[in-house]
Amino acid sequence: MTTSETAKIVEEASEYKYGFTTDIEQEFAPKGLNHDIVKFISKKKNEPQWLLDWRLNAFDMWKNREHEMPEWANLKYDSIDFQDIHYFAAPKSDEEKPKSLDEIDPELLRAYNKLGIPLKEQEFLAGIKNSHKVAVDAVFDSVSVATTFKDELNKLGIIFCSFSEAVQNHPDLVKKYLGSVVPTNDNFFSNLNSAVFSDGSFVYIPPNVKCPMELSTYFRINAANTGQFERTLIIADRGSYVSYLEGCTAPMRDENQLHAAVVELVALENAEIKYSTVQNWYPGDKNGKGGIYNFVTKRGTCLGDNSKISWTQVETGSAVTWKYPSVILKGDNSKGEFYSVALSNNMQQADTGTKMIHLGKNTSSRIVSKGISAGKGQQTYRGLVNVLPNATNTKNFTQCDSLLIGNDCGAHTVPYINVRNELSDVAHEATTSKISEEQLYYCRQRGINEEDATALIVNGFCREVLKNLPMEFAVEAKKLLELSLEGAVG
Amino acid sequence: MLEIKNLSVSVQNKTIINSLNLKIERGKKVAIMGPNGSGKSTLSNVIAGKQGYQINDGQIFFNDINIFDLDPEERAAKGIYLAFQYPVEIPGIANSSFLRTALNSIRKYNGEKDLNTREFLEECKNLSKKLNLDTSFLSRDLNTGFSGGEKKKNEIFHMLMIKPKLCILDEIDSGLDIDALKVISDGVSEYSNENNSLLIITHYQRLLEYIKPDEVHIFNEGKIIKSGDYSLVEKLEEKGYQEFV
Ligand SMILES: Nc1ncnc2c1ncn2[C@@H]1O[C@H](COP(=O)(O)OP(=O)(O)O)[C@@H](O)[C@H]1O
Ligand SMILES: [Mg+2]
Repeated sequence: MTTSETAKIVEEASEYKYGFTTDIEQEFAPKGLNHDIVKFISKKKNEPQWLLDWRLNAFDMWKNREHEMPEWANLKYDSIDFQDIHYFAAPKSDEEKPKSLDEIDPELLRAYNKLGIPLKEQEFLAGIKNSHKVAVDAVFDSVSVATTFKDELNKLGIIFCSFSEAVQNHPDLVKKYLGSVVPTNDNFFSNLNSAVFSDGSFVYIPPNVKCPMELSTYFRINAANTGQFERTLIIADRGSYVSYLEGCTAPMRDENQLHAAVVELVALENAEIKYSTVQNWYPGDKNGKGGIYNFVTKRGTCLGDNSKISWTQVETGSAVTWKYPSVILKGDNSKGEFYSVALSNNMQQADTGTKMIHLGKNTSSRIVSKGISAGKGQQTYRGLVNVLPNATNTKNFTQCDSLLIGNDCGAHTVPYINVRNELSDVAHEATTSKISEEQLYYCRQRGINEEDATALIVNGFCREVLKNLPMEFAVEAKKLLELSLEGAVG
Repeated sequence: MLEIKNLSVSVQNKTIINSLNLKIERGKKVAIMGPNGSGKSTLSNVIAGKQGYQINDGQIFFNDINIFDLDPEERAAKGIYLAFQYPVEIPGIANSSFLRTALNSIRKYNGEKDLNTREFLEECKNLSKKLNLDTSFLSRDLNTGFSGGEKKKNEIFHMLMIKPKLCILDEIDSGLDIDALKVISDGVSEYSNENNSLLIITHYQRLLEYIKPDEVHIFNEGKIIKSGDYSLVEKLEEKGYQEFV
């Protein structure tokens, strides 16, 4: 098959899946945010009236708070002009794109090479001129793999598609659950996302079905240009189970500096959702220039009795991370978990943690947070454990550990604990440690150099979290931690 | 194998090692005995390359190379091993994966391929049996929550897996019961041959009864004050350090 034939097939396949993608190349909205832009986005996506109304309503609410970006987080960054942003995927014209890998931050290239990413994919990840088509060729194999998976999922009645597709094909489910976990005006960024969200994933697992494979965004090739305002909705019906993987370990460059995703999870009676993330957006260069600002709202509701939601995240990327995956424990006996590794090196800043809201009886939550700061990195754990009056017999355990590498970084822990039911058991432990000279010396005496020794000690520090990741993800996450730590010692 | 010439070391301007001369020939077992605080661990650490010491004078040659320019990991890769008086805990890292990382690092330095994981684990298991260690201790976190005796045994376990040329044992016998001492001394004695050397640091006779060193040096205030053969150990046991000072 010639290259052009391949390209054509891929193009058709992608057209079939994501109807409008080719149109985007020709048309996009101007900068700024107003009613017309919101209408434009909705029209481009051929959305039903109710969704347009929903977006417009979100926009009106956001407009009232446009100049009230939250300031409580322990983060410093330049103010963002929200009228100076393209809200409908405006692909950079080829003139503006880097022409070859020679124009890319060498640190980024080193990372690609260390992770063993093929050259063509490197170009795609780095956003090189004309690289899109090449990348589509490169992932062509996985298109067919994805199709095979799709057949298997279809047989079980599992829906796994892009959010836009779901709006067209499963409007009732979308209408019922969209915004049910994260209300439109929950916070500044969820509000913004609700008005302008681009695309994302949609998952529905029917009653009593255990999804037989990890659902991964990797098999949804749509990724290009949907990163900025992603919207994901996962519903696990009664007695079902699903494990969902988000992200990829390769540091992804993106022209859009601001990211504001919303992820909503709904677990009905006896259902379980496991959501794992590896976030490695471009952190910027050594001076922090050019990195992604990542303001994400992730929340799940354990709606039914005996349901369970578990978040596991490995956060190594972005210049600024603002993220608090949370669980609302509504059903009796429901369980929420949050396992997190967050690493800030060089000029990176992360303010991350979780909220566990206990509403039902006999609910339990477990929080394990491992923060690592190196270079001039700043790291804040911010968590809320909220036990409401009816939540009898609540159990919560929080373990919050910080590891410092070097003398110029910082770690902060801000736990909020609010217990309004006397029959509850809430425990919080926190430690801050440094990698000791003795530990490094011991490793080095055994032949392990300082950099490898640091990675080893950090991996040990994170093990409790990493072991919750699906196997292949865990291996990659380990490599990623090593990579993100480079230059942190010596 | 090792030659220390006129070595003077201080910490925070306090002299700890004072114009020390010591030669350890290939195939020899050399013991250093000295009271607490006499500088024995400092000497081990200076040989192994620990940072934080002021080297005021002297040289250390390992197989005729001056090692002062080498990092600790380079010295390790060249065959210097130190069994720590106080082994260090690293939580979250299994003992066996630590050891495998160490061995592969050394192999890489010497231009060799990575170990075959299955063979490595097989060897680990056989050896732990020999040292009377439960195999579970391979998967336990490195030294974390190990008893004093287990930590010491683990140092010898690492040593026998790494197979170094120069083994420095810093008070490997302290805190061991008789059975553990026997197991460790047997392991060390069996390992000793004409191609490697031992530097055994202790202040008890017991270990030396098993290992039977070729040379014995009595060490005080950073200096060798008396040298001899095994008979010196017995003399010391009878009369105490005071006699020699
Ligand atoms: N890092 C250090 N800082 C300050 N003093 C030290 C340090 N290391 C060793 N010393 C001192 O050096 C002397 C010798 O210590 P050491 O070598 O541990 O002796 P030994 O092993 O023979 O008991 C002691 O007085 C000890 O307090
Ligand atoms: Mg000592």
